[in-house]
Amino acid sequence: MESKRASFEGALKALGVTVTATTESELEAAVTEAITEPAVGVALDDSVGSEAVSLAETPVTVDPTPVELREATTGVTSAQLGVGDYGSLVLTMTEQASELVSLFVERHVAILHEADIQPDMDTAIAELDERFNETGESAILATGPSATADMGALVKGAHGPKDVHVILVEEAE
Amino acid sequence: MSKADELRELMRTEGAAIAQNTQGFNDGRYDSVADLEDYEDLKSQARAIKEDAIADLPELLDQLTETVEANGGTVYIADDAADANDYIRNVVADRDADRVVKSKSMTSEEIEVNDALEADGVDVVETDLGEWVLQVADEAPSHIVAPAIHKSRESIAELFNERFDPEEPLETAEELTHFAREKLGEQIIDAQVGITGANFVTADTGTMALVTSEGNARKTVAATDTHVAVAGVEKIIPTVEDLHPFVELIGRSGTGQDITSYVSLLTPPVDTPVVDFTDDETPLSEFDNDREFHLVLIDNGRLDMREDDDLRETLYCIRCSACSNSCANFQSVGGHAFGGETYSGGIATGWEAGIEGLDTAAEFNDLCTGCTRCVNACPVGIDIPWINTVVRDRINRDKDTPGDWLVDGLTPDQEDGGAPLQKRFFGNFETIAKLGSATAPVSNWLADTSVSRQAMERVLGIDPRRDLPTFERETLVEWFETRESQVEDPDRRAVLYPDLYTNHVQVDRGKAAVKVLEALGVDVVVPPTASSGRAPLSQGMVATATDHAERVVDALAPHIDDGRDVVVVEPSDHAMFTREYERLLNDRAFTDLAENSYEVFEYVYGLLDNGADVGALSTVEGGEIAYHSHCQQRTLGLEAHTVAVLEDCGYDVTTSDVECCGMAGSFGYKSDYYELSMDVGDRLRTQLREDGVEERPVVASGTSCLEQIDALLERQPRHPIELLAE
Ligand code: SF4
Repeated sequence: MESKRASFEGALKALGVTVTATTESELEAAVTEAITEPAVGVALDDSVGSEAVSLAETPVTVDPTPVELREATTGVTSAQLGVGDYGSLVLTMTEQASELVSLFVERHVAILHEADIQPDMDTAIAELDERFNETGESAILATGPSATADMGALVKGAHGPKDVHVILVEEAE
Repeated sequence: MSKADELRELMRTEGAAIAQNTQGFNDGRYDSVADLEDYEDLKSQARAIKEDAIADLPELLDQLTETVEANGGTVYIADDAADANDYIRNVVADRDADRVVKSKSMTSEEIEVNDALEADGVDVVETDLGEWVLQVADEAPSHIVAPAIHKSRESIAELFNERFDPEEPLETAEELTHFAREKLGEQIIDAQVGITGANFVTADTGTMALVTSEGNARKTVAATDTHVAVAGVEKIIPTVEDLHPFVELIGRSGTGQDITSYVSLLTPPVDTPVVDFTDDETPLSEFDNDREFHLVLIDNGRLDMREDDDLRETLYCIRCSACSNSCANFQSVGGHAFGGETYSGGIATGWEAGIEGLDTAAEFNDLCTGCTRCVNACPVGIDIPWINTVVRDRINRDKDTPGDWLVDGLTPDQEDGGAPLQKRFFGNFETIAKLGSATAPVSNWLADTSVSRQAMERVLGIDPRRDLPTFERETLVEWFETRESQVEDPDRRAVLYPDLYTNHVQVDRGKAAVKVLEALGVDVVVPPTASSGRAPLSQGMVATATDHAERVVDALAPHIDDGRDVVVVEPSDHAMFTREYERLLNDRAFTDLAENSYEVFEYVYGLLDNGADVGALSTVEGGEIAYHSHCQQRTLGLEAHTVAVLEDCGYDVTTSDVECCGMAGSFGYKSDYYELSMDVGDRLRTQLREDGVEERPVVASGTSCLEQIDALLERQPRHPIELLAE
């Protein structure tokens, strides 16, 4: 059987979403590589779960002002889960304004831990069912860029990003 | 404007864009669900969840109310549109809002909240790009998922260039989209209140699911501090986990996307800070997230629909639009003809009858021909044609019965005396066929004179451009009566059902069927029976159809008890026996007949599969043929049998894949619908004229398909059974 990761990457590719893989120690370099400046972002500590990981050494303005957000090209946030068979990213809605940073930009760079890839939609929703019941939170299942066909042909980047990039953080050996 | 004029005008102005878009969605659906391993399983899960949720609706409403309030939101259950609008106007007034942004929602179309708010001087902005185009153009939606489906890129460009006078005229889809994004983006961040719909709301956590591809719903919620979600009460499901089948099915069923870009699962009020977008000093996380959330759940007739055994299923609908996209008539005219005040497409009759009333439903109900192509497309398995039939019946009964009908002798039953004359004419076709055969050839000659054609047009609305069926003097039953069984030591015994057409009009295909069955070792009888009731059913005359069903069972049951199989030539009659009769007969009578009935090629396929010798039939080598199956036959999964048997007999078969020939029995005869019927037929004609198909003789299974193809092509079509009996 195809691994979760392979199926996830395959699905992303079909959606036109680019992927780079990295390790925690190389994450900052990978982010720097992936963004188009000006870039804004959300602090990664609570989501990525390790103090060692931050965006301090990148050109990303963490916790920007609203005007900086509006002027930014790229928004960097983490993703809670990945869904293997669809290539969906589960984005959270935090007090850090991750929702604004992932949405009000042209390019969204999502950081996802490889371990957080779920094999399929069924498993992902079961996982959300549990979390929502515990914490009452919200999430966005985002699959590929924002798009519309309302103007007579498919156009990417309707209200949200027209470009999505995933940085997959691999497990340390 | 007459109905025919109105339809012609829509076909001319909107038809091309609608055909292209709906067919694209429909093809996408076939491709996308084909990739889904457990498609049927997901559909039955989805169906079961909705069935239970509607059954438990009162309890779920209570549970949801508690949950949302515990989360810090408010729930308001509105009786009707006015009640809902009053509540929403108060919320907007309390917030002191001068701008409301909206994310597309059918339910808010239903209550016309925009008008209510605008009357208070509030600026209401639709953020879905298609919906916004319509707002700018001041037009009504023509599709439940893609509201501006009837507008071409050129017409949108013209509209924008005229209205907004941009420095550089807009032209490409990309330019138009980005222009709209800019304009709307500014307005969204300026608004105070966001209104959204909700595709599903879960009672356990108060989470609402919003399915969009543009991201406008996300922005509408995130950029405003007051969120009003408007949804019908039927949108509640028990748990977050129950969302699973719907998330997999909704986009695939509608637009053919595996999943739409964003499925927002919001448990409001959400944590996202409310920011001032002009602030260039305060970091985002330092804004607070004081948010208000109001869930407005609307009854507006739904709780009565829940009590109504026939309309209840409408509440299972998830508004995916598969029934619209798979509908041949909708593909031609779209929702401006095939729709009511709010809802359009196949299921719209159910919604409009429940929400607005029979009058609104009556305006377009006849556009459903009962072809059943939407039945398998619907992810929650709603029998949409049945809902349309029941509503048609109610509309018939609702009408006053004028005193003396010209041809009252045509309606032996009193019960359906309410149906208009045209409907009674087509609904009682059995009487006409009997009369026609008895008096042929005089009847055929008479029917063909210009005087009677004019009378038929004037009195019955039968289009003079349509050829009428020619009745045979000797019916199939009469032919068979004088015949001895040709099979000595039969392998099986069958009764060939003499449907109305095979018995009176296409007698040759009946004779061919008898010959084929006998050649394969089947002892056949062709007893006199009633017609299936398809004709009255299609006119919404349910009581008359039930009467036919009972008479059919009376005639056939003794043969079945005697060990005979029932073989049916006409697919729409076979579909009656195996589908619609379930609604008309008691369980036993239905099951006995359904389980012992076979479409003629399904039966031949079974015989060959069980060892009968194909050599007993007329075979060819590599004979090229084009085959058009029948809508109801395809819905029942029976197209493949004909193809397989023809291939066994040496044919190289090409099949059509348009949804319908457009004729659908009486529909194509009616002056109101003749041109629409031909427009739908044109898609079939195009396929039958393609390279490599053009030279092939055409065979078709359905009577009405044969008539339509006869009208569309030079090549005279035949029933495939006739090939096997040559
Ligand atoms: S009736 Fe079925 S197919 Fe039609 S919109 Fe509703 S859910 Fe979709």
